[in-house]
Amino acid sequence: MRRSMLFLPGNTPNIIQNGEILGADAVILDLEDAVAPTEKDSARILVRNAIKYMGFGRCEVIVRINSIDTDFWKKDLDAIIPVKPSLIMPPKTSCAQDVLAVDAYISQLEEKLGMEPGSVGLIPLIETALGVENAFQIASACKRVKAIFLGGEDLTADLRCKRTKEGHEISYARSRMVCAARAAGVEVYDTPFTDVNDDEGIYTDAQYARSLGFTGKSSISPRHVKAINEVFSPSLKDIDYAYEVMEAIRIGKEQGKGAVALRGKMIDAPIVARAQQTIQAAIELGLGREA
Amino acid sequence: MNGKVVKSLREAIELSGLKSGMSVSFHHHLRNGDYTLNMVMDEIAALGIKDLTLNASSIFDTHAPLEEHIQNHVVRKINTNYMSAGLGHRISEGLMEEPVDFRTHGGRPRDISLGITPIDVAFIAAPAADCAGNCSGKVGPSACGSLGYAFPDAMYAKKVVVITDNLMPYPLRGWSIPEIYVDYVVEVDAIGNPQGIVSGTTKITRDPVGLIMAETAVKVIQHSGLLKDGFSFQTGAGGASLAAAQFLKEIMVRDKIRGSFASGGITGYLVDMLNAGCFESLMDVQCFDLKAVESIRTNPAHQEISAMQYASPAAASAVVDKLDVVILGATEIDTNFNVNVHTDSNGYIMGGSGGHSDTAAGAKLSMIIAPLFRARLPIVTDRVSCISTPGRDIDVLVTQRGVAVNPKNQELMQRLKDGGLPVVDINELKEIAERITGKPQKKTRAGRTVANVIYRDGNVIDTIKSV
Amino acid sequence: MGKIIQRATAGTLESSDVLVTLEPAQEGLEIELNSVVQNQFGAAILETVQEVLKELDVQDARISIVDRGALDCVIRARVETAVLRGEGEC
Repeated sequence: MRRSMLFLPGNTPNIIQNGEILGADAVILDLEDAVAPTEKDSARILVRNAIKYMGFGRCEVIVRINSIDTDFWKKDLDAIIPVKPSLIMPPKTSCAQDVLAVDAYISQLEEKLGMEPGSVGLIPLIETALGVENAFQIASACKRVKAIFLGGEDLTADLRCKRTKEGHEISYARSRMVCAARAAGVEVYDTPFTDVNDDEGIYTDAQYARSLGFTGKSSISPRHVKAINEVFSPSLKDIDYAYEVMEAIRIGKEQGKGAVALRGKMIDAPIVARAQQTIQAAIELGLGREA
Repeated sequence: MNGKVVKSLREAIELSGLKSGMSVSFHHHLRNGDYTLNMVMDEIAALGIKDLTLNASSIFDTHAPLEEHIQNHVVRKINTNYMSAGLGHRISEGLMEEPVDFRTHGGRPRDISLGITPIDVAFIAAPAADCAGNCSGKVGPSACGSLGYAFPDAMYAKKVVVITDNLMPYPLRGWSIPEIYVDYVVEVDAIGNPQGIVSGTTKITRDPVGLIMAETAVKVIQHSGLLKDGFSFQTGAGGASLAAAQFLKEIMVRDKIRGSFASGGITGYLVDMLNAGCFESLMDVQCFDLKAVESIRTNPAHQEISAMQYASPAAASAVVDKLDVVILGATEIDTNFNVNVHTDSNGYIMGGSGGHSDTAAGAKLSMIIAPLFRARLPIVTDRVSCISTPGRDIDVLVTQRGVAVNPKNQELMQRLKDGGLPVVDINELKEIAERITGKPQKKTRAGRTVANVIYRDGNVIDTIKSV
Repeated sequence: MGKIIQRATAGTLESSDVLVTLEPAQEGLEIELNSVVQNQFGAAILETVQEVLKELDVQDARISIVDRGALDCVIRARVETAVLRGEGEC
């Protein structure tokens, strides 16, 4: 389960070494914007060592590499792929070809290292107007893509508008991303809420993202993680309903019924699928029981 | 009658009858802004008086000139509750022939009142005083709020000298220490530097690890069963502890829990809790910031208490014994839950118990908040290098990677487990830390004794060796 | 391999980091260590530094380590970065 993803600057040991206890489901170790061009070498070695020797406990490990229009991205992958992060996040992904370039290079490395092909996933960061328009092609570029990720800051620069707390300027991009991801059958994650001092605003922003269909949301501040986790966890009401759905299905099967209704509504396949997802999430959160 | 007001410190010292070999005392309400201890000791040295016992409730870096007075045998012995790293380092290096006796904020008034550490002359810095010696910390350019730690000195010293930079008309309104104890009053230009006396504001931590620990600490309090109407609470002024107070306030306000009191060193955060209706009263032995000083001056529910009422085991009763929860810090804690707040990782003196062991002994739930490691140093050890507070008085250790409950408190352990808190055996916490940091080399406890740590009951609980 | 041709530094003096400075030397390794955890981890740090230098086949260099309580994996990373920079690889 990935509700919250927390960005950690890749060249800062005292932040990285506490990364796993900040409550996020995933950490994004950043080799890109958070690292000065003169420290790219230093950061990639530090991040590699942190994953290799220290690890991040129950947190899933994602590494944001430098974009493919730089000299850094292959070196980043050379250093990071051997320590087997869960996902690589290539930034500024604008088309399927961008994804395929990274995919091909990772495949080469996997083969060279004797790793299982496809073991490292991709979560392309879409943060350009062209990327948003190509979101479905990006999401379905190859099997390695597990999710897509919206970057609101760079996107608004590209759109030539101002990034606001309300986020009206990225509402089209958000909906388009969700639609593209669901069409391609992958997960989709929302841009960080950037006012680290606004403890109320993060709830509103996360709730909005959830209402649009996002799987989870990223953060640049540990202070936002709790709100994101709360918003993207199934509510107790959701969980109870999911169990009711599964119970109704079980009884329906016992009675040999083709169609089952709950509270006067037909339970169709998507409702069952969603109930199963909710129960799975509830179990991971320690809120579940055997169905 | 104005007979008590004397022209100079020197005159007051002479009139007090202070002689070589006697004992002088000071309170620490002016903290690192205090001028009076140095002023008085310089004057005493100039008078050729030697071999004194210095009984100061705390000693700060601003008191560095003490080193010279020690070398010149003006000061032969120190009794204190806290000593910051400046003089602490020198003491650890063997500056004094006689060991320093460390007591607690409750143990000091106990031993003064029982005559174990008699005081010949007490010098009491007062932000406001009248000609008869009625004095207060609540007003004046050097206002510090409560004068709690000065009460035993005033009550039990053979002679009492009040030093003020704010001589007010008789009778001073709202006095804390009454004239009945005071022999002489001296006016000086300034008793302290306001910047060093109280902080403008004490701030909660922004460190994410500190915030995680604070959140966990509050969950521990919630699940302890103690957080209900009548709740009483104390916390230190450390960043994570203040953050815990902040989170606790949110819960108490939300759930309309009306506590009884908060005590100890008071910060603006506790004042906010009082004003938000979380407590009926603050029991204030020391103010830490301007908001606390303002509050104790203006709000009758914010009450000044003496060191005896705060924590003395010799008093008929004391506030610490009515505490539900206290949050405390630690430089080290061992697998038997013994806590060190006296020495740093290399064995140098840099602190002291203050009210640590008093509140730990009194409170129903004594909680230590500490990160599992600082830089590369694990906090949990096999044996602390100095026992400040015995493990039997500590109930729970909160770290960023788990909560360890003292096995003596099985009920709490069960409650926290039921509450879904990450309860971990303290030995396992030590292993988790050492997996991350590596195993530190053991330091040897050699050298001669440079300080005794005297528990609040008067027994020596540990000694500190020279480095 | 492992030839230090220029002075190089890596890391910082921030808490939990370490500043490694590497200089070319004629013969052998000369390591100078200054750590806030000298008493607890001095020997372990020296061992780690030597191990990384050996792995990278550095035989001649003068190395200064100013440690602010860095974890072992951080020290390894900073020494490696300094070596790569000193070799002119970066």
